[in-house]
Amino acid sequence: MEAYFDNAATTRVYPEVKDIMIKIMEEDYGNPSSLHMKGVTAEKYIREASEIIAKTLKVESSEIFFTSGGTESNNLALIGTAMAHKRKGMHIISSSIEHASVISTLEFLKDQGFEVTFIGVDEKGIINLSELEAAIRKDTIIVSCMYVNNEIGAVQPLNEISKIVRRKNPEIIIHTDAVQAYGKIPVFPKKTDIDIMSLSGHKIHGPKGSGALYIKNKTLIKPIIYGGGQQKNIRSGTENVPAIAGMGVAAKKTFENFDEKIENIRNIKDYFIKKVTELPEVYDNSGEAPHIASISFTGVRSEVMLHALEDKGIYVSSGSACSSNKKTVSGVLTSIGLPEERLESTLRFSFGEDNTIEQADYAFDVISKLLPMLRRYVRK
Amino acid sequence: MNYKMFLIKYAEIGTKGKNRYVFEEILCKRMRARLKPLGKFEVKRAYGRIYIEAFSEYDYDEVISKLTGIFGIAGICPVSVVNELEYDSIAKELVAFIGREYENKNFTFKMHVRRNNKTFPIESMEMNSRLGGELLDAYENEGLSVDVHNPDVMIDVEIRDSVYIYSKIIPGPGGLPVGTNGKAVALLSGGIDSPVAAYMIAKRGVEIEAVYFHAPPFTSERAKEKVKDLARIVAKYSGPIKLHVVNFTECQLAIYDNCPHDQLTIIMKRIMFKMAEDIAKKDDCQCIVTGESIGQVSSQTTFSLGVINEAVDMDVFRPLIGLDKQEIIDIAEKIGTYETSILPYEDCCTTFVAKHPVTKPTLDLIQKSEKKLEGIIEPLYKEALETVEVINIR
Repeated sequence: MEAYFDNAATTRVYPEVKDIMIKIMEEDYGNPSSLHMKGVTAEKYIREASEIIAKTLKVESSEIFFTSGGTESNNLALIGTAMAHKRKGMHIISSSIEHASVISTLEFLKDQGFEVTFIGVDEKGIINLSELEAAIRKDTIIVSCMYVNNEIGAVQPLNEISKIVRRKNPEIIIHTDAVQAYGKIPVFPKKTDIDIMSLSGHKIHGPKGSGALYIKNKTLIKPIIYGGGQQKNIRSGTENVPAIAGMGVAAKKTFENFDEKIENIRNIKDYFIKKVTELPEVYDNSGEAPHIASISFTGVRSEVMLHALEDKGIYVSSGSACSSNKKTVSGVLTSIGLPEERLESTLRFSFGEDNTIEQADYAFDVISKLLPMLRRYVRK
Repeated sequence: MNYKMFLIKYAEIGTKGKNRYVFEEILCKRMRARLKPLGKFEVKRAYGRIYIEAFSEYDYDEVISKLTGIFGIAGICPVSVVNELEYDSIAKELVAFIGREYENKNFTFKMHVRRNNKTFPIESMEMNSRLGGELLDAYENEGLSVDVHNPDVMIDVEIRDSVYIYSKIIPGPGGLPVGTNGKAVALLSGGIDSPVAAYMIAKRGVEIEAVYFHAPPFTSERAKEKVKDLARIVAKYSGPIKLHVVNFTECQLAIYDNCPHDQLTIIMKRIMFKMAEDIAKKDDCQCIVTGESIGQVSSQTTFSLGVINEAVDMDVFRPLIGLDKQEIIDIAEKIGTYETSILPYEDCCTTFVAKHPVTKPTLDLIQKSEKKLEGIIEPLYKEALETVEVINIR
């Protein structure tokens, strides 16, 4: 049996996504900026995709901008906003458990003279709200907090965060990296009062290289890529029409029977966690997100367990897949205060709509057989 | 404009007496093989030299990069060829050649004309002074001057059936052509040292095979890919490498289960060496190559090296034995393996390395521990060797 439990790293594209992308590459390959019919046809795909995505977020389609993925969305959101607002102040607030594409971008902004405050989290990975409130200043221009953490699945209280921010300083731009939230939990930026939101296509069965940014109307932002002025000058460069259309179709499919699918995914996650934590010295670090289980197998290094599972057709991540080629202990797991021996023995199982309870059973069987063997071989 | 011809200088081959012909032939063969995908070239031996003549367009940088990776080449001289044996043609081309080769002409030179073709009417000495004069006429105002004792640039003009003009020497890697000194099995770990050791032995003309010990799930598929990448980089110099991937997991677990932990590395390495020796014998290799350097880790003390060495009869060569880590890194950077070596994938042993391994093992002690493996390790050893995956790296 094969069990792909790495859906937070990436997902398989829906067949309909592949179909529309091939059609665009083979037939409707025009440049959306061209004046002739081929251009008009191409442009229509972009409009359709932004309309679909806008609808799922309950926002205007004019507020959707396409990027090359979550990383670019986060870069544009943070650098673009910082540059546009630096006259008002140069202070930025974020959390200690952000994705590398936020942390590294903030490190860059630090080098450019911005001041960044990272707010700590509790043992469940939830941002400390009173610490946040205390950190907000007159010259704070951005508060950026991820929606769902990619490693443990902690869901941040964005509603409360935005309330606190608005009360203390209504001019602050609120950004959220919603890459792991979109398509997994209800995400409505207007209701939650968020100004800018990053999305990724390949986490919701769309193609890699597709992403989007919701930017609330009239929010000041500067481009980080300059050129032909496409997408209202916010993101120059000929639009990646196949990827954009693919992401649109993926969003549409993702939100069909949404509640039922998510319930199913959550059931698999809960079932798996319940079974696997019955094994001796196996611990659950997971948050509320329906699709992410973070499990520590004390006494087995995560890489060893990962490869042992891989050998049985079970695919998981140690740390987060996007940065797993950097050999560092996870910042998130450290931030939530996991003891040393659990830090290096934690795996992420992330579920998707293709997964089944049978796969969870299979993974459990494999793990319960492997654990005693692997635990015997430790450094002495 | 590209050069029509290159003159290949080689250092040590010249001292090899009767074998010289064989050495030269192998060097030519290596060059032909490397140049083949880049265009139409003829590699030939003439007048006790090796020449490459181009018969098609080619990318100069690509050709030089290929040639500077061939062991046995000491230097590569780009040559301008004059077909008419006329003084005026020679002088004209010489002036043009120096004009093209040196943008800044503020240097000293010496002419070095050889008249091998005695039908050419002007003697060497006279040619030297006349050609030197032509160059001074052309470029003296730009700073060019003559220094016959310690010139910055030696300008060679060889008069044969055609005339060959050259002045620059692009340094080659030196060493001896691979295939002139037998064959070795190199232990590749994925670290910094072992590819450098393999490179250094290949540089002395030795053909390379490699062994990598894979221990899934304790080592990852990526670690194996990394070793393949390293072998590919070394193969750019050494030529094709036959890489043997041994699945070592079962052996390793047996050692772990039966032997004292502080001796694991030593015992493991003794078994690895034996396997390498078996592979070497089967493939007609004469020696084993490792990247060990005295004192780098506990298994590389003189005590440990001695005990490990005892496991095999075959010669084990350790070209890095007296080098410091930084010196090894410098070579790794030069040959291009460093960046790959430092990628952070587990190598085979971190799980199994003891926190406090022995540093002064005695053969007696280790052999006593190995007794505990008798009857257990043999079938695992056999199985590991029978299931070796062979990958041909080019």
